[in-house]
Formats: sequence, structure tokens, C-alpha cells
Amino acid sequence: MNDYEVVIGLEVHVQVKANSKMFTRVKTGFGHPENTLTDPVVLALPGVLPVMNHAALDAIIKSGLLLSCDIAPYCKWDRKNYFYPDSPKNYQITQYDKPICLRGNVEIELPGSARNVMGEHKLIPLTRIHLEEDVGKLNHAAFDSLIDYNRAGTPLMEIVTDPAMQSADEAFAFLTALKTVMVYGGISDCDMEKGQMRCDANISIRPKGQEQLGTKVELKNLNSISYVRDGISHEILRQLSLLKSGGKIVQETRDYDGQTGTSQSLRTKEDAHDYRYFPDPDLMPVKVDDAWKARLKAECPEMPFDKQRRFMKEYDIPYTITSVLIPDKSLSDYFEATAKLCGQAHAAGNWIANDLLREIGKSGEPIDQCKIKPNHLAALIKLITAGTISTTAAREVFSEMASTGELPEKIVERKGLTASASSDDLETWCKDSIASDPKALAEFKAGKDSAINAFKGPVMKAAKGKANPKLVDETLRRLLAL
Amino acid sequence: MSEPLHYKSVAELSSELSSKKISSVELTQAVIARTKAVDAKVRAFNSFDEADALAQAKASDERRSSAKTLGVLDGIPIGFKDVISVKGQPLTASSNMLKNFVSPYDATVTQKLKGVGAISWGRLNLDEFAMGSSTENSAFGQTHNPWDLERVPGGSSGGSAAALAAGEAPATLGSDTGGSIRQPAALCGVVGLKPTYGLISRYGLIAFASSLDQIGPFTRTVEDSAILLNAIAGHDPMDSTSFKTEIPDYRAELKKRKGPWKLGIPKEYFGEGLDPEVAKAVEDAVSYYKSKGCEIKEISLPHTKYAVGVYYIIATAECSSNLARYDGVRYGHRSKDANDILDLYFKSRAEGFGAEVKRRIILGTYVLSSGYQDAYYVRAQKVRTLIRRDFLEAYKDVDAVITPTSPTPAFKAGEKAANPLAMYLCDVYTIGVNLAGLPGLSIPCGYSKSGLPIGLQLIGKPYGESELLSIAHSYEQEHTWGTRHPNIEAQKGAL
Repeated sequence: MNDYEVVIGLEVHVQVKANSKMFTRVKTGFGHPENTLTDPVVLALPGVLPVMNHAALDAIIKSGLLLSCDIAPYCKWDRKNYFYPDSPKNYQITQYDKPICLRGNVEIELPGSARNVMGEHKLIPLTRIHLEEDVGKLNHAAFDSLIDYNRAGTPLMEIVTDPAMQSADEAFAFLTALKTVMVYGGISDCDMEKGQMRCDANISIRPKGQEQLGTKVELKNLNSISYVRDGISHEILRQLSLLKSGGKIVQETRDYDGQTGTSQSLRTKEDAHDYRYFPDPDLMPVKVDDAWKARLKAECPEMPFDKQRRFMKEYDIPYTITSVLIPDKSLSDYFEATAKLCGQAHAAGNWIANDLLREIGKSGEPIDQCKIKPNHLAALIKLITAGTISTTAAREVFSEMASTGELPEKIVERKGLTASASSDDLETWCKDSIASDPKALAEFKAGKDSAINAFKGPVMKAAKGKANPKLVDETLRRLLAL
Repeated sequence: MSEPLHYKSVAELSSELSSKKISSVELTQAVIARTKAVDAKVRAFNSFDEADALAQAKASDERRSSAKTLGVLDGIPIGFKDVISVKGQPLTASSNMLKNFVSPYDATVTQKLKGVGAISWGRLNLDEFAMGSSTENSAFGQTHNPWDLERVPGGSSGGSAAALAAGEAPATLGSDTGGSIRQPAALCGVVGLKPTYGLISRYGLIAFASSLDQIGPFTRTVEDSAILLNAIAGHDPMDSTSFKTEIPDYRAELKKRKGPWKLGIPKEYFGEGLDPEVAKAVEDAVSYYKSKGCEIKEISLPHTKYAVGVYYIIATAECSSNLARYDGVRYGHRSKDANDILDLYFKSRAEGFGAEVKRRIILGTYVLSSGYQDAYYVRAQKVRTLIRRDFLEAYKDVDAVITPTSPTPAFKAGEKAANPLAMYLCDVYTIGVNLAGLPGLSIPCGYSKSGLPIGLQLIGKPYGESELLSIAHSYEQEHTWGTRHPNIEAQKGAL
């Protein structure tokens, strides 16, 4: 392995989240009954014509802007001619020699040395991004093949990287980062299970120091981000062992089966198609002027890694918390709103990364459906800091908010959770507690400060949670110092 | 002398309908009766739906009686070339591939015509997928020229031209990719207009060559042509190549524009291969314009000589891709004895397409192939630009260009069928107009000694249909060629 170097390039297809298909008004969707998301244009009936979906073009230009691509001055469409039953016209409308986005890059983060250590960041250069239409799906039965055209015509971006990645981990990090950017930009949900993101990998190896690329093998059907990593690792090992045993790498396309972790050859270079690309005469080129780009630029969100760096600097929260918040744009926005409202970023980060995520995990609903809004959580944090309620009471308030959506003050009032025990009572409970635990007392006297906590539990219990924890601590220390 | 209903112009029929001299049902019945009487000989129709037409006519009469009539075309039957979709009607392109296909949607032109109350009447024969110049390439049998049943009506819209000439419809629609409206109009003695590329929506027109195809009307008079154009022109959001431009009232404009005009005669169009009788008729028309004070200028369109070659590269390239959808998978002919998907493609297409269609698909596939594309397709596109530039250059000096429509009157069926190249040359005068995207119109300008119609082609500026129609209208006002009718009854039916 040490004598060789791996070179990986990815071709990633990303379905654009759009209301209608790329060249007709019929809706896009997943999981609908077969062939219900079709119309004469999708089915390529005689006489129909394509009309471009401007919103999809917006989405790809926005992607290009997010990924620092050069945006072409106009959008031109070509036909890629090939016969296959999932392609109703037997040509695909795509962009051949003039992709709408050129160059650009994706920032990735490699795994760190430990979970709480930030890994190395790298820029993976892109070759191009273009827009095209998706194809239908074939379902093979014993004697028949059935076609579902629901997916056919869905706007699809193809993102092509330079052959610039050197390991399966880099490819994994690339897809993770790309997905985050796409979700941030509202361009796609990139759910690989629903086919919203699909990836082919070109893999070659060469002796270290050699400039010329080795013979590449294209790996297809990498159906999840983990399969991408596993498939690439598998292919690297296959090529290495082939070379070591004196074999030769053949330029081919291989099908990776994630279930079994094996691959098999689909076709070799000799079977390559001549796609007879030519400009689609049914579609006029569309000019993309500066005003158009400026409008989309204004819609571009802050990039995920920029946001992470800012959170760490501006709010001084640890990497581990940011790495929980950042991948989910709405969660990170939630954090920032809460932190601003309560002025306590650490507490906000902890509450969100632990309690809120657990709550959301229970309901399975997205965060914007959660009844606890940033102002709720901020108010709760303030109540704790002010000593109005104990942490124990706060947890109760939290779960109450999650089901009712009430403001914490109201819940505290309704349930009488205020830390309102009188100082006389407190004094008595504290004395009792100290008296009942001579072991802890001895430890404390011997200099173990944390032994004080042993007295707090019984006090809180006696106060039924209504004691102000700050006050309990003060009272105990005063009494212990006597 | 009053014409029978089936030979009256749309304008006349419209005024008789509005004065309630006739009803739409009577008119439609007359058209049906005429069709039944002569179509066994002419064979212009692939199919017609009598009950559907009469139901539409009845609805039109009801609108009229409740003063809700939709305009000049309300109640007028119009025939459709069998490449234009009409919901619920067959759409065959005269191909076995689509022999049993029924369209589930209306073309934009169909919707527009229905919107103004016109009656969709019958499916008219053509060369399969509009590929040909004689309507002999139809999978359902050739159409005969009403003036001489042994001769071709021209093509590819031969059914549309022959039906009109034979009185089987007051007006028809065709499509023109290289002359497919103008040449059959010339050969059948009617008016045929190919509008500027982009003036009329192509949505619902079965594509032959997308960058050249354009729908247009066949009519008895230039005024009728203006009436139909009024109904079908205009931008369509369903067709990205349809042009956003203001649509004038073409009929009203006819009377406003009087000339005199500056007319260009391209010297390249009067050379070898031009029949002397055709040349004479066109020269007479030029003399007429001259006598009316028009300035006649000789012009040059030097790249004309490449037009046929360029056309057969671009049109075939586009058709090879456009016709790929006919694969036997979703609709259309599917071979019964296919073993796998490749076999299904091969056999369905081998059985479904005729020889000329196959020839053009193969040619188009070749010119787009890697290694050949630059030499053929890319180069042809460059020459196409030069051809358009020739015309635009000429229009700095002239308002319109006059040429013959077809080098000869109607030829005999079978005469050119075995020689594709000779057939391709039928369109030598009309093809440049499609390549340049210009409007072109053919009007009757005389008859050969043997009584065959001769057509005059007028070529206008981009989106200059108003002026073009006016120039033709002024000629028509003082000539009666278009009022003659063929004597079908006296002829024996040809095979």
C-alpha cells in the first residue's frame, strides 16, 4: 500500500427539491403510486415539447454560488441520445459542453484524532456542475420488467469533482460536507435512501511519484454514504491485490453490492456509447445576467464550516457541541437564537445538544415542529441562572413545555415550582442533613469540597424541589464553617 | 354563378353562417357528403369522425342561436394534417408505428381553433412523419392530386392540400419543414402559408425537425389565410421556441397595405431544372407587380446552392433524435416476437417505420456521430447561418422575394419514388426559407397546358406575415387562378 497512491473522483447526482419537473409542470415526489406523477411530456407522447423549470435553474446557480463556481453567462441544453426504457424520449436533456457551473470547490473535514478533536480541513476542487433530467425506474419481475416514470424528468444536478481525493475517508467526508451545503441552501435534502443523492466513484491507483493517472474503474450503485466509503475501500484493495499478483487493471464500470461488500463488472470501455450530443432545438439558451446572480447570491446562507468557526469564536462553545449543531441548519439557527436571547451560549448549547435533541428524537418531528421555541428555552435558562428554579425543576418544566408549548414562567407558576422554601425551613433541613451524614461531614472537614453535594440531596428532597440551589449551597457552607 | 358550399371560401361561409343563410350542421353535412363522394378517389383522409364533427357543428349552431358565437371561424370545419394532436382522435403521422394511437391531449393550435368555435374535421394524410414531397410515403396509401389523380398532390402535407382542392374541407392545417405546405399548395392550386419560425406554437405537432417545423394554413384565398393565422398565431408558454411578438389583425391589415413594394428576384432560383411553363407563369406574375408600380430588383442569395445539402443534414440529425421515442415501450407499434429489450427496439422500429423514415434516421444518426459531427452537423449549422444572412442582406433592399414554389407542376405517382435525390430536389426553392426561419407563401399563378396548377412563392421578412399576405392579396385581387376547381367526377380513380 505504501508504494501506491490512490486517486478518487466522484460524480454525484443530486435531485433538486422542486415543485415541478425539469421540463414540465407535473409534480415531483417520492413514494407515490406508480406512474401517477406523469403527463404527456414526461411520457414523451408524440408532439410534446419541454419547457424549462426556472426554479431548478435557480437552484443550480445557487449551488454554484455556494461552492464558489464560475457561473456560465448562459444556460444551454443538449440532448444525450441513448436507448433505455427508463428514458422515455430515448434521449436525456442535459448540459454537455457548456455546464452552467464550472470549477469551484467543497470544503471537507477529515476525521480528527478523537471525537472531540477537530479534523483536518481540505478543499476538494470541482470540475463542473450541470443540470439534467432524472430517468424513471425499472422494476424487474420474473418474466416482465415494469417501468415507473414518477421519477422521470425530476431536476437533477450532476456534480463532478476533479480526481483529487486520496482515500475512502475523504470521499465520505466530501459527501457529508456536500450534503450539508445542499441542505443549508435549501437545494436538496440529499436523502440517499430516497435517491435524492446518488454517487459514482472513479478510482485508480498509481505508484507513488508517478504523474500519470492509473487506469480508472468506475464504481456504481453506491447507495449510501457508508457504502461509498466501503465500496471505495473494497475497490482500492481489489486493485492493489490485482497489481501485486501481477494482474492488470482494466478500464471498466463495476457494480458494488453494499449488502455483500462485493463488486462485479458491468461493462468495459469497449461497450462505451456514442451519445451523439447536440444542442436541443426545442429549448432556447437562457441568459444568466448579473442581476439574476445577485438575487440568488442574496439568498445564499452562511456556509456550514464558516458558521462552525464563528460559533466557536463568537460564542466560545466547544467543538463537540458545534459538531452536533452545525450539520442541521435549523438546529444551529435555533442555537444562535437561543444564545442571543439568554446571553448564555454554553447553557444553550448543552440544553440543545442533550435535552432538546432527545426530545426531538422521541417525537421524530423536525425541529421547527417542536413546541419549545428558542424564546422558551432562553427563558428557562434565565430562570435557572437567576436561581428561581432548581435544575431538577427545570427538567420538569422542559418536558412540560415540550407537550404544552407554554412559556416556562407559566409552568413554574402553575405547578408551584419556584424555589420558595423559607430560610428558616432551609436552615433546619440543612442542619438535619449534616447531622444525618457524619461520613460526608468528616470527608468535608478533611478537605474534600465535593463532599458537600451529599448534603444537598436530602435538603432538596425535604424541600420537594422548591429550594433555591444557590441558597442551599450558601446555607450549607455557612453551617459547615461554624 | 354561385359556388357549391364545399367550394366556398371561409370568409364567404362565415358571412353566410352569420346571416343564418346556412347552419354549421348544413355546412358540415355538405363537407361530409363531398368527402364521401370524392375521397375514394383522392384519399386525402386517414380518418374522419362524422358524429364528432356534427356534434361540434350542432354546438356551434346553438352558440349562434343564443348569440354566443365565438367569431368568424365558429362553425367552420377545418381539416388537420395527421401530425397535429386533437384530443380523442387518432394521431398516426401516416405511420404503422402510430397506426392505433389516439392522442390524449390537444395541440395548442387545436385548442386555439376550438376556442374560436372551429370544427376539427378529419385526419389528413401525409408522407410518413412528414418526410417526403409526394405523400407517397404514407403507410396508409398515397393521396392523389385532384387535378390529375395519376399525379401526386405534393407533400408532405399532400392530404391537406388535396382535401382542400377537392372540396373536402373549407380550410386545412399542414406543417412545413422544407416546403411541406407550400409545395403541395402549388401542386394542388391552393394558398399555403408557412409562417415565420416561432409564430405558431409547435406544441402538439409531431416533431420531424424541431428547428424547421412550422404549422400553417391551407386556404382557398389569401384572406382566408389571414383569418386562420389570426386564430392560431401567438406565443405559447408550452413552446419555448415560440416567439413573444405582437400579433396584428392580419385580415384587417390586408386592406390597409397597398404597396407598391420592392420585390427581389433571386437569380439563383431561375436556373437549371426549372420547368419552362412554371418559369413563364412566375415571370408573368412579376410583370403584373411591375405594372402595378412595384420595383423589381434582381438579388443574389449565393448560399442557396447549399440549402438542400444543409437541410438534409440538419433535418435528419434532429429527426434521428426526435423519432427515438417511438420504441414500442410506452405506446405505438410493439413487435410481437421480441426476446429482450434490444430485440424489442430493433423489431418494433424495423416493422413500424417505412423506408424513407429509416433512411433519414440512419443519415441523421451518422451526421451526429462522434468523429463526423464537426464535418457535417456543425458545418451545416454554420452554412445555415449564411443562408439566413443572405436573405436578411437582401431585405435591406427589398420587401419580399419572389420565386417559383416548385420547379415543376405535379409529377406522376411513382415517377420519383425510386430516386430519393430527385425527390429531395422538389424542395429546392422552399427549403432555404425554413433554414432561414422566414415566412413563405404559395399562391396559384397559372396552369400548365395540361391543366396542372402552378404556384408562386413569396418570401417575407421575419414576422412580416402582414406585408407578405398583402402582397399576395393584391395579386389575387386581379387573378382568378384560385377559383378554378378540378373535375374529379370526370376522372377515373387511380390505383
